[in-house]
Amino acid sequence: MDTIPASFGTAIALIGALDAKLLQIVLLSLQVSLSAVLFASVIGLPLGAAIAVGRFPGRQALTVVLNGLMGLPSVVVGLLVYLLLSRAGPLGEFGLLFTPGAMVVAQTVLTAPLIAALSRQIVEDAWRELREQLRSLGASTPRAAATLLWDARISLFTAILAGFGRAAAEVGAVMIVGGNIDGVTRVMTTTIALETSKGDLPLALALGFILVGLILAVNAVAYTTRQWAARHYG
Amino acid sequence: MSASIFPLVVEDISFEHGGQRIIDRVSLAVDGRVRTVILGANGAGKSVLMRLIHGLLAPTGGRITWCGRAERPREQAMVFQRPVMLHTTALKNVAYGLKLAGLPRRRRIERAQAALERVGLAYLAGRPARVLSGGEQQRLALARAWALEPQVLFLDEPTASLDPGSTREVEKVIGEIVASGCKIVMTTHNLGQARRLADDVVFLHEGRIVEFTPADVFFRMPRSPEAAAFMNAELPWR
Repeated sequence: MDTIPASFGTAIALIGALDAKLLQIVLLSLQVSLSAVLFASVIGLPLGAAIAVGRFPGRQALTVVLNGLMGLPSVVVGLLVYLLLSRAGPLGEFGLLFTPGAMVVAQTVLTAPLIAALSRQIVEDAWRELREQLRSLGASTPRAAATLLWDARISLFTAILAGFGRAAAEVGAVMIVGGNIDGVTRVMTTTIALETSKGDLPLALALGFILVGLILAVNAVAYTTRQWAARHYG
Repeated sequence: MSASIFPLVVEDISFEHGGQRIIDRVSLAVDGRVRTVILGANGAGKSVLMRLIHGLLAPTGGRITWCGRAERPREQAMVFQRPVMLHTTALKNVAYGLKLAGLPRRRRIERAQAALERVGLAYLAGRPARVLSGGEQQRLALARAWALEPQVLFLDEPTASLDPGSTREVEKVIGEIVASGCKIVMTTHNLGQARRLADDVVFLHEGRIVEFTPADVFFRMPRSPEAAAFMNAELPWR
């Protein structure tokens, strides 16, 4: 086993050499998490906007539940999706378990409430400001919701990035439904967990660097987008 | 131009909120020719009355009819004390209202452009609306309303947050809107502005109309003690 400084060196060498195994894991991670965030946005943005502008019984309870689900433990999501997709489960016939598809489903379930809850808050704030003006111009409620989603696009983009950050960093859900199969369902987080327990520190460290770098990059993009928007749109 | 939406008849409307009666059995009838100013102290219910008439709030009692019909006519617009703009250019903010009104894309850009010219903001058409000054944004709000070619324009304290220079410009635009044949209904607690812009004065006190008279009569000799007290408080040197 390498000493710790040597592991760092090997890790950096792996990244520098664009190691094929490393690259495959990183690409699969990106594929799974980006797909999940795409689906979660398609569900979460309209749902959040509908709760923000709608007036229906149970709206407040729904808001509380949604806010609570933001902190949903990823292992619990993994377990639930596992039950759904397992052979005996209601969606077992699709044979998704232990495939990247199952991981996308799990991360969608994990991030959709986060994106919905954040966009609910963002759209509600925009609605409070624009409500009378939009009503005065004759906008129906669905029309107003669509306008608000577009008008708050910069803040919503940040919410989507937050969803991506959560998806890319979680390990529990993908571990359970993906099974961490070498070359098939192994992503950055599950590989880090496995390689660390096996004692293969360089690969774990290299993936750790990439993951942290990715999260930092996402936040940098969010920050610069906000700055740019503040200058251009006020 | 479409058929007149006037007369506007308000019959016995009330508005209650949180157990409190904010508008108390108000009745009035106005036609489309004159400029009506709603005067009153803070909390008298001016803004609420205007929102009820414009249709932003539903009265808890009574009824409002436009030319004998109960449905809210489209030929009306409102400008608020604080202009609220979408995160896009000045031109697109004006065009957005026309989009909701169902105008095809080319026509709405033309009309938005023309409206910006009329309020003197054509040179700012491509600028983000939210970075304009307060006075420019209020003129933009007037352009957005004017572009809809309303028969009545509601103005809720349109200059209350503006400096004197911007106030003058906004009042000038309001004058041009009136000259174009649009009726205005405006709230203000600025007596000077009320004098400059009112033909008729509705004086509200604690949610009730205590006077509804021609402006020259109102300012010369208010009939109600409440209106007299309001004018003395606003112009203590009289």
